[in-house]
Amino acid sequence: MPFIPHTEEDVKQMLDAIGVNTIDDLFDEIPVNLRARGLEVVPTGLSEMEVGRIMHERAMQDQRHLCFAGAGAYEHHIPAAVWEITTRGEFYSAYTPYQAEASQGTLQLLYEYQTMMASLTGMDVSNASLYDGASALAEAVLMAVRANRRAKSKRILMPRTVHPQYRKVVETIVKGQGISLELLDYDRKGGHINPDSLPSEPGDFVALVIPQPNFFGVLEEVDTLTDWAHQHNALVIAVVNPTALAVLTPPGQWGEIGADIACGDGQPLGIPLASGGPYFGFMCCRQEYVRQMPGRIIGRTTDLDGKSGFALTLQAREQHIRRSKATSNICTNQGLLVTAATIFMALVGPDGLERVASMSHANTRLLAEKLTALEGVQQVFDRPCFHETAFRFDYPVDEIMSLTTARGVLPGVTLADEYPELENCLLMCATETKTEQDIASFTELLQQVIARLQTTPRPVEPNMA
Amino acid sequence: MLIFERSKANRTNKAQQPRQTGSLADIPANFLRKQRPLLPEVSEMQTVRHYTRLSQKNFSIDTHFYPLGSCTMKYNPRGCNTLAMLPGFVQRHPTSPANMSQGFLACMHDLQDILKDVTGMKAVSLAPMAGAQGEFAGVAMIRAYHDARGDSARTEILVPDAAHGTNPATATMCNFKVREIPTNKEGDVDIEALKAAVGPHTAGIMLTNPSTLGVFERKIKDIAGIIHDAGGLLYYDGANLNAILGKVKPGDMGFDVIHMNLHKTFSTPHGGGGPGAGPVGVSARLEPFLPVPLVIQRDNEFQVLTEKSRPQTIGPMSAFLGNAGILMRAYIYARLLGREGMERVAEYATLNANYMMVKLRRAGFDLAFPNRRATHEFIVTLKKQARELDVNAMDFAKRLLDYGFHAPTTYFPLLVPECLLIEPTETEAMETLDGFIEAMARIKHEAETDADLVKGAPYTQPVRRLDDVKAAKELDLTWSAA
Repeated sequence: MPFIPHTEEDVKQMLDAIGVNTIDDLFDEIPVNLRARGLEVVPTGLSEMEVGRIMHERAMQDQRHLCFAGAGAYEHHIPAAVWEITTRGEFYSAYTPYQAEASQGTLQLLYEYQTMMASLTGMDVSNASLYDGASALAEAVLMAVRANRRAKSKRILMPRTVHPQYRKVVETIVKGQGISLELLDYDRKGGHINPDSLPSEPGDFVALVIPQPNFFGVLEEVDTLTDWAHQHNALVIAVVNPTALAVLTPPGQWGEIGADIACGDGQPLGIPLASGGPYFGFMCCRQEYVRQMPGRIIGRTTDLDGKSGFALTLQAREQHIRRSKATSNICTNQGLLVTAATIFMALVGPDGLERVASMSHANTRLLAEKLTALEGVQQVFDRPCFHETAFRFDYPVDEIMSLTTARGVLPGVTLADEYPELENCLLMCATETKTEQDIASFTELLQQVIARLQTTPRPVEPNMA
Repeated sequence: MLIFERSKANRTNKAQQPRQTGSLADIPANFLRKQRPLLPEVSEMQTVRHYTRLSQKNFSIDTHFYPLGSCTMKYNPRGCNTLAMLPGFVQRHPTSPANMSQGFLACMHDLQDILKDVTGMKAVSLAPMAGAQGEFAGVAMIRAYHDARGDSARTEILVPDAAHGTNPATATMCNFKVREIPTNKEGDVDIEALKAAVGPHTAGIMLTNPSTLGVFERKIKDIAGIIHDAGGLLYYDGANLNAILGKVKPGDMGFDVIHMNLHKTFSTPHGGGGPGAGPVGVSARLEPFLPVPLVIQRDNEFQVLTEKSRPQTIGPMSAFLGNAGILMRAYIYARLLGREGMERVAEYATLNANYMMVKLRRAGFDLAFPNRRATHEFIVTLKKQARELDVNAMDFAKRLLDYGFHAPTTYFPLLVPECLLIEPTETEAMETLDGFIEAMARIKHEAETDADLVKGAPYTQPVRRLDDVKAAKELDLTWSAA
């Protein structure tokens, strides 16, 4: 029996102790008509060897050579030690550290993590994680509504330069609570929020969301935007990439007084792409809002003997104490991923993270240089970018996608689905994992694809615009 | 010692850095960071040693018995981790089109089918990233269902007083009012109180069955009738699904929507607090509202459905497809167990719990529900010890750590005073259970003869009892150089 240690003799002894004849007797309080018809679809159990065979075959099917897609999930080098340590049973199979004395390892690690994230974002405090970047933004919006006591409305200014999927998740999570997301359009030429386009009479807003870099990789005028929001009594929610924070101004230093809440996805910090998860969401804020923060928070304190130790703190915010009045319903978070990220940050250090950031940026610039030299390929936006950028093709991108993916190369992410005005555009990045040779061979592949598309006659469609 | 205290300026770890620095010359200076972040400067070996040593300060399933009620701390098979981390899976970018994803999508599609079978539900979405998000999805679907029918007067969600804290918190997040329903002295929902509470304002009820009291809700069919007759829907909190896996299908009990905790029932790791995965299953009437994405098979190809083809969906819950890697581990576990293996989970989890319950009672402990059968968990109440010896449930819990056992869940459910909620799971051997029972008996004896010994526990852990009041009052949440 898989993972069940009982021998027949054990079972007999245990049943005798209980005073019943069969295991089935133990289910006698369940009405007979509910006791199941049995499983019908679940297949027969297999050995690890047999399941291994199936999984290896399926993993092989999805093998690919090169990935130039980012859009919220970035391929970075992960030191071997990160997952070697993270999957040690003492981290991997531990529970939430409610019993502090028996969980000092996880608790100290989380305290170190909070310190690293607060410093990276330039904020006062960090929580111990949320599910992912998108849901962290949703929680940040809910938190801003609680924290901004001056705002009378529940309106959030949400730029279209925020990751479109993040915006949808925010909508899913906050729409039941009467919060409205008002979209702010972007500058078609720069790909950024033009501060001149901000409403001159904005009325009452709870918060302005500012992505940096934004979904297109473009850098936003964070100082001007932050000050504008604060002048209008709105809080600033920063959505940031932790790799970028190694080189870009941290949210805590935006404008005159800095952002109020900073959140994002921690995936770039040692978490594999792995089909989109598990990743982890991070959230940092100003000290004054710490009691409005969702999720677990670890604090340092002392024990009976005066020795320093770590424990979950401010638990009165949480669902298991406060129930219907909690700051969030979150319980399970992404502890194991935070373990990986903490070990990752320690291994690469400030110097290493800076190099990862600058090399990813340099490689993306090299990619842009090579691609824009091809016929019919342009960069879409003319403003400074960080480590990701959008390209417009004079060819149908769906065909570029199918021709390159057939060769095991993921060229990027198409933009027209979410931005109809960006037809035939691809969002691409080349992280530090790409060599000059990778970029050269990718360029060559695109050149071949373009040559093929140039010679294939396309149906002429009337231009209705 | 903190990792920062091992740090020394300008120590670098060259093997883990790109060999060159890239130019940032094209980025205007006002966008650039002026001061380096506070990250430790330590060698690879220092890092490995530091975090290996930290890990050794933890209890974990791999090292200790963890009878933590309502958390289902069972063995996390190593094979599930190894196979989920095959290069083809961990390298797959979440935006990869279907033609690069057939292997991964096949697993997700199979998992949806397996979960449908296990729950007896019509359709399943894998989107929610943990139990609480699954709850949110479930209650949001209940709201969407009533809204789609123009039934906007349904403003109230019923929650038994024994429920997990996430239930009322979730209902609030979905903008419902929460009304608590009392439990009777045998641990069942008070049917008369329920009847009095339902009405045209009832959107639904959130139930855990077996309940958090460790007993099966025997009147579940009557409850379903009462709620459905009032026009409400039934939500199943799958926290305790391990107790009935393969034995009873929540769909057969009359539930309309269920979330599962794959990090409990399907043995994916708890990871020191997560990640989880909280797929939701629904009956036919809620199917249109399922969160996206969904995986389907069409023309011999696995495809992903988004809100474009699911206009009534409550929407996506994450940037991509939820905690995909956890879903993979759960899928691998399901294949290892198979149909027969799954049915045995409920059987042996129940056998272990009843064995422990009987033995603890014989050792002189009081049960919260002595007339009931244990499901996969049960409750010991230390009310008597607290009153007579001034040794409470927390003291017992801390002393257990000294005996090498993780404490059971304490002070939950809230309505049983001085409670220990004990869930052994099916993966523990009889000898381990006997060891725990022996430790409990010895602690009881200690409490009777030397109460202070128990009240001062633990003595063998890296720290003794911590000052929680100080932690909350003198907030120290980040380290800074002195």
